[in-house]
Amino acid sequence: MSEPLTPTATPERAAQLPAQSPPVDPTETAGAVHKTSAPGRISWWRGEGGEGARRNLGLVGVLVVLVVIGALTRSDLYSNPDWVWDNVLSILKLAAVVGVVTVGMTFVIIGGGIDLSVGAIVALAGVWCTTVATQSYGAGGMIFSALTVGLAVGLVNGLLISYGRLVPFIATLAMLVAARGLAAEISDKQTQVSENGFINGLASNSLLGIPLLVYILAAVVAAGWVLLNRTTFGRRTVAVGGNPEAARLAGINVKRHTVLLYALSGLCCGIAAIMLTAQANSAQAAMANLYELDAIAAAIIGGTLLSGGRGTIIGSLLGVVIFATITNLFAINGLSTEAQNMVKGGIIVAAVLVQQVQFRSLTQFLGRNRLTT
Amino acid sequence: MTQHSRDMSRRRLLFGGAAVGAGVLLAGCTSNESQPTEAQTKAAGAPGGNSEPGKRVVIGFSAPAADHGWIAAITNNAKAQAGTYSDVEFKSVEAGADAAAQRAALSTLISQKPDVIVLLPHDGKELNAFGLEAMKAGVPVVNLDRAFPDARAYRLQIKGDNYGMGVAAATYMIEQFKAKGVSNPVIGEIAGMDELELTQERSKGFADTLTASGFKVANRRAARFTADSGQQEAAQLLQALPKIDALWNHDDDQGIGVLAAVNQSGRKEFFMVGGAGSKKAMEDIQADNTVLKATVTYSPSMASSAVSLARLIGQGRGMSDLVELQVPKEIILASETITKENAGDYLKLGF
Repeated sequence: MSEPLTPTATPERAAQLPAQSPPVDPTETAGAVHKTSAPGRISWWRGEGGEGARRNLGLVGVLVVLVVIGALTRSDLYSNPDWVWDNVLSILKLAAVVGVVTVGMTFVIIGGGIDLSVGAIVALAGVWCTTVATQSYGAGGMIFSALTVGLAVGLVNGLLISYGRLVPFIATLAMLVAARGLAAEISDKQTQVSENGFINGLASNSLLGIPLLVYILAAVVAAGWVLLNRTTFGRRTVAVGGNPEAARLAGINVKRHTVLLYALSGLCCGIAAIMLTAQANSAQAAMANLYELDAIAAAIIGGTLLSGGRGTIIGSLLGVVIFATITNLFAINGLSTEAQNMVKGGIIVAAVLVQQVQFRSLTQFLGRNRLTT
Repeated sequence: MTQHSRDMSRRRLLFGGAAVGAGVLLAGCTSNESQPTEAQTKAAGAPGGNSEPGKRVVIGFSAPAADHGWIAAITNNAKAQAGTYSDVEFKSVEAGADAAAQRAALSTLISQKPDVIVLLPHDGKELNAFGLEAMKAGVPVVNLDRAFPDARAYRLQIKGDNYGMGVAAATYMIEQFKAKGVSNPVIGEIAGMDELELTQERSKGFADTLTASGFKVANRRAARFTADSGQQEAAQLLQALPKIDALWNHDDDQGIGVLAAVNQSGRKEFFMVGGAGSKKAMEDIQADNTVLKATVTYSPSMASSAVSLARLIGQGRGMSDLVELQVPKEIILASETITKENAGDYLKLGF
């Protein structure tokens, strides 16, 4: 806090100082942030670049505390190494579906939006890929239809928001209702059982002792991380979410980018639909209930700023894993779901409070810095 | 046209073509025709008695627009049963998403002057006032499954026995423990939506019966009546109990997910009892190749019976096997236990 930053124009600064600094293409300067800040007077760890990493370390700390509580309360189970390994896998399997949804959600939120329709899209894609007609095309047809439905619904969301000028909250809320309605219509309110051995095998089979679902989660998280941190698309997402006007002046096609973000979220929902169908051996219109809230909550406690412009994929993943670990902790201790939900609510509030304090001190810090220049 | 714009238009054509193609392919994928939606009806076949056509009766029907197999079966059954009578006109209104929407739908139903109303309320307490109002206006109300607190609000109440389901499931388990000589069993329970009274009654019946034999539930998780929530809760429950002797799952629809979780964990050391009595559960029990060995019924066939009785009420006739000249005021279906031995008989009642 003591040392002032060198006043370079970074996307983060463009985000916080609207129309003050001259328009700079953030896609070009963003790559330079790490280089200039690392050897500077402020260390990377304490500077802005390390902020996400510091925050994530805090989440890892929470995770360790949860595991220690589990080990203390059920020492009989934790004394068996085989059981512990099994339990880690069961937590990861529990986190897998929501985790994939959360990766898409993180992009949307960093881009300054919100997607309330993710649970409904998972349900619609799940129902669509398990109809009798789709199942007759085999696993390929099922995967194709789930991904295409997810992508298409996400595109509609994005178009409504970008070109229809609907507020994201309203557009995706409408999609939540409509997609669940369509899912109920297609499935005739029945639970559709998946008879496909390959799809069901995604949840029951393992490779090298690790369930296939966990590999899918890992692949989506890795792809999301690369996309956000190592590509122009990711840089643009941060810029669009931080300050859309500055991003537009910097030459970014904000509308098209927004459409792509919602399409990406829809695609993640399509992948999640296949995973959830595999897990439950079935799909129905009421599946993936309230996943939108799970995903938003995970992204928020993972350090994604609800107003956009900041967030990390790893943080979101940690958020999902923390929620899954809480569920697991309550289950192995035989405690009620109500108590578990109260603890989850408390953790969300605590995480946001901590964030607010950190963010406020950061803006104060930057504000003071601006006065001195 | 420049090279660039020609490229662009070709790319658009390609993308557009792919999108349309995918759309057509997807639209073809919504067909669901070979799904079994057979309704549970009793044909008015037997000669004599109440099957003889009588006075024309208009039956108004309302049930929540639910996304659950059981409620879908309720509506299907009511409609199908009405179709078997030549003297019944069936008027159905969707009840929408909550009690307020159902009240609005019912007021349009009243204006169509039905002779009898069959009603599965969102919530018996919230729609009690409607029952009173209709009865006062001279329209008999048949309450289906979710009781009105006020006895003047209904002419007939027909419902399942939630407490009895728990009792039946526990009784079956206790018999099995005795037969196998298990003295200190580990028992798991996957409940339905915990905020519903019916879930609490089921769990209470289960716990009371087990306690009477000196057993108790080791771990209980509440799912949401959906297969995916059943899978998640079951996976966690199995994690909490490395060895189980018996597992009761409240609902066969969510049981698809529970069974999936059991298969994914590779656990086979216990037996499982289901609830409600879906067709798939009965087939699984009959095939005897999963841990599911029994299910206790809570049959949506009660909707068919409700329509039959509504017809009799409208015609002023009684149940032909009973001495009384009118239909009784309250009927509670017993929860029956379906095992491998009798699954064949019950299969036609599965939904």
